[in-house]
Amino acid sequence: MAKAQKGQVRVITGNAVGAYGAMLCRPEVVAAYPITPQSEIAELLSQFKANGVMDAEYVEVEGENSAMNVVLAAGVAGARVFTATSSYGLVFMYDALQEASGFRVPVVMVNANRETPGIHAVSSGQQDMISARDTGWVQIIVENDQEILDQIIMAYRLAEDYDIQLPVMVNYDGFYLSYLAEAVEIPNIEDVDAFLAPLKEQPKRQTLVPGVSKGCGTHGMEMGYVEARYKHCMALERVKNKVDEIDKAFSDYFGRSYGGQLEEYRTEDADIIIIASGSAAGTVKTVIDAKREEGVKVGLVKLRMFRPFPAERIVKALKGKKAIGVIDRSLCFGWKYGPMCMELRALSPEIGPSPILSYIDGLANLDITITHIGRVIDEVSAAAQGKSYQEVTWIPMEE
Amino acid sequence: MVIKHKNIFKTESAWSNADELLLCLDTGGWRTERPVLDKEKCNYCGLCALYCPPQCMKDMGDYFEADLAYCKGCGICATECPRKAIAMVPEGEFADG
Repeated sequence: MAKAQKGQVRVITGNAVGAYGAMLCRPEVVAAYPITPQSEIAELLSQFKANGVMDAEYVEVEGENSAMNVVLAAGVAGARVFTATSSYGLVFMYDALQEASGFRVPVVMVNANRETPGIHAVSSGQQDMISARDTGWVQIIVENDQEILDQIIMAYRLAEDYDIQLPVMVNYDGFYLSYLAEAVEIPNIEDVDAFLAPLKEQPKRQTLVPGVSKGCGTHGMEMGYVEARYKHCMALERVKNKVDEIDKAFSDYFGRSYGGQLEEYRTEDADIIIIASGSAAGTVKTVIDAKREEGVKVGLVKLRMFRPFPAERIVKALKGKKAIGVIDRSLCFGWKYGPMCMELRALSPEIGPSPILSYIDGLANLDITITHIGRVIDEVSAAAQGKSYQEVTWIPMEE
Repeated sequence: MVIKHKNIFKTESAWSNADELLLCLDTGGWRTERPVLDKEKCNYCGLCALYCPPQCMKDMGDYFEADLAYCKGCGICATECPRKAIAMVPEGEFADG
């Protein structure tokens, strides 16, 4: 496969990038309900439709639950679909999220991360995505605006793959990335067509056929239920390698790579590892560079995928490291650790006996600052040298 | 893990076909009302079969008929029928009801 042409570089917000990313993939049915901090995507996509830039059916819906039901139904009928939401919107479509994955519909959805109900916070945090972890979706987290665009394109290649057939949620930090304008290279639509073209060579997935009385997901009793769930779980296992393969194909064609399931930054000779995700990963890299100057052998594992959890690659990256610090931007109610830390601890037998320190930070728009990350690295370093440490730290509560 | 189970679904997702397998539970026992078709009104459009939740409408060539072993009596076929050709009749009115 040849290389893609250079795209047009524009300085646009993360939300605008989300809309461009969707448009470039030529969705046939779009339904999205505006919600802060995602609204700009819904607005832009309807403008694209009105201006004739995007040839999709744009369904005006009265809420997020309808939005997801519209796109999942259109997906069952065989359409390429797109939607976007955030926070309360994601919560409002909770049943439909499970229908979409249970029916194995390749919906691609952008979720601009925001805090969730209970405490009405119109601010950033990953709690919405984390609370939807058991809906059977693939959940990917990106770090910057360019990655939003590229990941949406890769998400279609993943979701619609015949071996996968699963909905994919592309998550980015609301308020941070949603409103942050960055220089982004927008690929030519013909090149996106070419990148997605291999999907057309695959067998066609089962879709609704007019005149044939078929049903999807309606006979899930007893062994039918077990079989469908088993296939779903096996497909999620296949997602892991597929994500890495697609990242490689994307890198070969467009020249940008993100590491697939996770990105490793200066980990190879590192003694200690910080695990973070989303926009905060950029700050962590900056601090790591500074700490390296001081001789601290620290690296970052940027978690790009939360479901399926990239267990094998995490174990490979962490095995033999002396201590690990996990920064969570959300909570795991009922566990003292943050959610990503809790999941990581499930791999303790494979990783080894190194200390794992859990940090809660960046809730409700509180910045995960350079100072905070410096503190995390210092404490993890101390733990690696055998000093006593605090298992869980809510950084803002100690300031 | 040795999988002994033989797949019910031919597809990756749980697609089922009303003409074939998967009418496996005794959902007919749930029924309190029975769909009764007026063949004069039916024009074989197939909407009843499309909407039927357990997909038990049998294609009889020029009309559809509920398979009473599986019809749970929900009445969706009667509601969706554009020609009002299906009436929901209480089970008590049938000798075998």
